[in-house]
Amino acid sequence: MTDSVLFIAFPYVAVVVAVAGGVYRYFADRFSYSSMSSQFLENRMLFWGSVPFHYGIVIILLGHIMGGLFPYYSNFLIVNVFHMYTLELGGIALGLLTNFGVILLIIRRLVYPKLVPETTLMDWVILLVLLAQVLSGSYIAHFYRWGAVWYPYSPVPWLKSLAHLDPQIDFITPLPWIIRFHALNAFVIVGLIPFTRLVHIFTAPVTYIWRPLQVVIWNKKAAR
Amino acid sequence: MNIRSQVSAVFHLDKCIGCHTCSIACKNIWTGRKGTEYMWWNNVETKPGVGYPCLWEDQKKYRGGWKERNGKPELIMHNRASALANIFFNPFLPRLDDYYEPWTYRYGDLFGAAEGDDQPVARPVSAITGKEMEIEAGPNWDDDLSGSPIYAANDPNFASLNEEERKQFFALESMVFFYLPRICNHCINPGCLAACPAGAIYKRGEDGIVLVSQEKCRAWRMCITGCPYKKTYYNWSAGKSEKCIFCYPRQETGQAPACFHSCVGRIRYLGVLLYDADRIESAAGSPAGSIARKQLELILDPFDGEVIKEAKAQGIPDAVIEYAQKSPVYKFVKAWNIALPLHPEFRTLPMLFYVPSLLPVMAHAKGNLHEVGHDFFGSPDNARIPIRYFAALLSEGNEEAIRAIYRKLVAVRVYRRARTVGNIPEARVNKALDEAGTNPDEIEAIYRLTSLPSVEDRFVIPPFMREAAIEEVTDPLNKRESEGAGFTRKPKRGW
Repeated sequence: MTDSVLFIAFPYVAVVVAVAGGVYRYFADRFSYSSMSSQFLENRMLFWGSVPFHYGIVIILLGHIMGGLFPYYSNFLIVNVFHMYTLELGGIALGLLTNFGVILLIIRRLVYPKLVPETTLMDWVILLVLLAQVLSGSYIAHFYRWGAVWYPYSPVPWLKSLAHLDPQIDFITPLPWIIRFHALNAFVIVGLIPFTRLVHIFTAPVTYIWRPLQVVIWNKKAAR
Repeated sequence: MNIRSQVSAVFHLDKCIGCHTCSIACKNIWTGRKGTEYMWWNNVETKPGVGYPCLWEDQKKYRGGWKERNGKPELIMHNRASALANIFFNPFLPRLDDYYEPWTYRYGDLFGAAEGDDQPVARPVSAITGKEMEIEAGPNWDDDLSGSPIYAANDPNFASLNEEERKQFFALESMVFFYLPRICNHCINPGCLAACPAGAIYKRGEDGIVLVSQEKCRAWRMCITGCPYKKTYYNWSAGKSEKCIFCYPRQETGQAPACFHSCVGRIRYLGVLLYDADRIESAAGSPAGSIARKQLELILDPFDGEVIKEAKAQGIPDAVIEYAQKSPVYKFVKAWNIALPLHPEFRTLPMLFYVPSLLPVMAHAKGNLHEVGHDFFGSPDNARIPIRYFAALLSEGNEEAIRAIYRKLVAVRVYRRARTVGNIPEARVNKALDEAGTNPDEIEAIYRLTSLPSVEDRFVIPPFMREAAIEEVTDPLNKRESEGAGFTRKPKRGW
């Protein structure tokens, strides 16, 4: 029963909250969509925190998503032991980088008084949840070796079954508690998106690659 | 020809008395909110000096503005890919300390302090942390501090001056300064706009005012670096960039912007210019040394029949063309050629122009006596501020451009003195007019608009016609019985 709630109901609730909440917030309070950068108030420690954290988490997240979307394709990467070592080593290194970053980001908000009025309760919540996620991730990578090998065969089928609306929790429940925690905490983060500054992920400015550099807006749209 | 109209301005530096009334008028209206305390959309700087934020003109430090590559402008700070690569940390972002930590005073203590032996004082408290602080800098911390080895000596414009010219600023007898009031230039080729990854900044087509959409801004904070004048600011509380909006709500109702309206020295002129948008890129990418000239070439003659015909064909309202003809800015910038853009080498094509000040008549030492201006206003080359200083500020180092303006400004004074005091021989007057390439009619016009202008002469605000424009977008009455007009939610920090 608990498992069904945790591994079936909760992920669905989190995703629904994220999508509905995010869309609602976008249309009801677009002004609040912001990365809420605090670099202006403190930028030395931010460099050592933000850059490793963001680059680490983006690549790791992409790894999780690619491994989930193309589980069998990732076999290519692990048939060769040398490739597998490289992949795992890279993953562990990025994980450590991410840990380093998020810990600095937390310390930064504790030691710089100028950041206090800028920090909301939800900033603290999301920082702690992220810390739990990257710490548990690194722990798993280190103590449950060769995640690239087992990840496509246990958590991925569970995620897939959720996506197909045919939840099968047998893939996830037998795993060690820390892996189950990591999976659940991931959905906690998803559910928190619309209530935090994490919404900035979905307004990542990729359009800058192609948008015209100068923007002129006319009242009379048809005029030019 | 792609004709656009732009509300633009001229600041006459000779008339600025450095009273900061403009800054206060602006602050009272626009930047009293949390997170904006440190912002001065309008500020007045003492030159020579380091300015606000500290050393803003030094683009080696801040990387604002554009550079030229193959005849095209390119942002100095980033290209499209490196903008995204630097999104987690902008390496060239000025910090709060480059401006100053804003503060207020605990005035309540003056009244509420417990009875004691000492007079209560109002201690300064940070507007950011709310804690007591030591005041170490302010928005005009180097006010009047010409000759200061800390502030004036670090003025980036000194780079082009020789040792002797520099010394002139620091000797007690020849020490000199003037004021440089600054607002957003509402550039034709804005660096802030081009730098914004989210595409939140835009230029209004009808009047050229550059604005930050508060709903689209995501605090990627690139605009602050992109603007070489450091006239976009980051609201650390709301997580949004903000900038001078040229008081468009005032202008739309026929009022001059607050800083213009409150100007005690009446140094500010406002009017509309027509320009050719097709040539923006080539002007912004023109070779160093010709940028200011190319920019002035963009500005079209509103009396030219071809221009009028083309403007009408392109939908520019008749009233705007009429106001372009009456524009005092057109007179200063194009008809009389006595105003130049600030730091044209930044290549943003700023639409705010400055008349350089003809600084105090230099006293020449003669034995024990100092003789003042033996040739009435002397030669510009003996001016107390070296020509080269103004050339660094307004003309990419082109001294002849400054000299030409000085000759005309001197001619106005010589001519008017001959008319009013009458102690200048006619031959000297004619020589001054010839050298300046001007005539009595032009001189009288410059004199009138400089010395005796009425409010209507200074602020020729074109009709914005928003009452018609809004109907293109929405029915102006449809919110009458619900929210009312405008942005009705409180822009508070949320989530």
